[in-house]
Amino acid sequence: MNIRPRLAALGAGALVLLVLPYFLPSYFLGLATKMLIFALFAMSLDLLLGYTGLASLGHAAYFGVAAYTVGLLALKANASLWLALPAGLLAAGVTAAFFGLLALRARGSYFLMITLALAQVLWAIAFSWRSMTGGDDGLPNIPRPELPLPWPLADSTPFYYFVLLVAGAAAVLLARIVRSPFGYALRGIRESESRMLALGYNVWRYKYLAFVLAGLFAGLAGCLYVYYNRFVSPEYLHVVRSAEVLLMVILGGAGTLVGPAIGAGVIVLLENVISAHTQRWLMVLGAVYVVVTLFAPRGLMGLVQDYKQRRSGP
Amino acid sequence: MNALAVRDLAKSFGGVQALAGVTLTVAQGERRAVIGPNGAGKTTLFHAISGTIFTSSGSIVLFDREITRLAPYERARLGLARTFQITNLFPGLTVLENVLLAVCAAAGGGLGLLRPMAAHPRLFEKAERLLEEWGLSASARRLVRHLSYGEQRQIELILALAGSPRLLLLDEPTAGLSPAETAQVVAMVRSLPREITILMIEHDMDVAFELADSITVLHQGLLIAEGDRETIRSHPKVSEIYLGVE
Repeated sequence: MNIRPRLAALGAGALVLLVLPYFLPSYFLGLATKMLIFALFAMSLDLLLGYTGLASLGHAAYFGVAAYTVGLLALKANASLWLALPAGLLAAGVTAAFFGLLALRARGSYFLMITLALAQVLWAIAFSWRSMTGGDDGLPNIPRPELPLPWPLADSTPFYYFVLLVAGAAAVLLARIVRSPFGYALRGIRESESRMLALGYNVWRYKYLAFVLAGLFAGLAGCLYVYYNRFVSPEYLHVVRSAEVLLMVILGGAGTLVGPAIGAGVIVLLENVISAHTQRWLMVLGAVYVVVTLFAPRGLMGLVQDYKQRRSGP
Repeated sequence: MNALAVRDLAKSFGGVQALAGVTLTVAQGERRAVIGPNGAGKTTLFHAISGTIFTSSGSIVLFDREITRLAPYERARLGLARTFQITNLFPGLTVLENVLLAVCAAAGGGLGLLRPMAAHPRLFEKAERLLEEWGLSASARRLVRHLSYGEQRQIELILALAGSPRLLLLDEPTAGLSPAETAQVVAMVRSLPREITILMIEHDMDVAFELADSITVLHQGLLIAEGDRETIRSHPKVSEIYLGVE
């Protein structure tokens, strides 16, 4: 593929994101902020699903653990961003490092079931440990961090830029990772594990590192989301959240970074529009999943690639 | 020095004795073919040597180093490379990316997380040189899944060669190839430098006789004959197995 049109598209996208606050009313800017956060969350999962070929159905675990860590620290210890954010990342990383040890012993659907079960254990803890987590009610009134800047993050525009900066930097980091020899090795593992072993790759170590990295980036998204919502509840850790982010990746196109980001945007928008009219959001989500697997098994980016191929001829 | 010394290797799968105590040595620089009827234990022997399966007993020594309990990737790092009977490549990646992965592994793999592959021009050069050497430069940007079966078999070999192996295991390199493609692969193997010791499974007797200095015959998990082509041709037990003479 040509590099220049792709760079132009990315540049245009970045420009639109930068000037968005000047055109959007604050409600929709909030929605855009949420899209950015979930774009990061979906890209983190894609490192596993799209690049390494590991379908995790428990990715909300790291998102939620980081969110609870930040929420609790901000609420109970009035911790600053500089303490809460690293602590949230650390919690997500440690959780992923532990879960990875267990889940990576299995493959395919067994891997999926183990990640699902592990995440649900965390959900159950958050649900029942009322004195710490507030149980089903969650933890409300979490303050947004205060930065030594003239613009308070409590306002939607500065917070949008804060999220754009963090998620953007993370996206650049992810883009570098997937283009590194490490990223190539992950794709090799997706295509053929036994061949990678025969070539001399310590496949387990690569998978484990990918697993922990994916958990860290998911944790970063969780940190942003708890500040965005000023609230955290067991729903952050729930399997529905894991399934939702999985669908974002599949809808956008696994194995690309742009795809899952777009998929996240579409799902967040759909959820917002549809839940204004009906309670049956999950049913719509299921229908979207069916339509995508039937008509665009490689997601929206797959459609784009097919279109390009058809235009350039066989 | 022996490139490979296998002693008393045994392995059974649920009551079926795939290897019933095989002892075999391959000298450095030698080209050895392993033949035998279906179910003789040839592929099991290969899996045991490359580490895909662990044997129930016996030992494997690669260049004076005991590797019986090493993982496949550790054996690969000691200079053991293999091809697969059923083509085992990275079908969704381009030819160049396939070779790059092999070249990277040979370079040690630990090449960092953040520097892009494109910032390692030496890896690209080596991959491109390999493709040029084997006449596949024109296909470098094509996805491996779009190549012909014959070309895929060639890539199998190139991936194994990218790491400059000391011992090369070829599992039926010409399986399913047309006569013309077979001749191409045979020429490829013949042209390899003698520093590379080769152990191959070959179904096609002509190919085996053409490529190998000596031949090992397996039957029902046991080694029943070993020697040069004349010895094997005139061996009574071998003709019994192959011709069904009682």
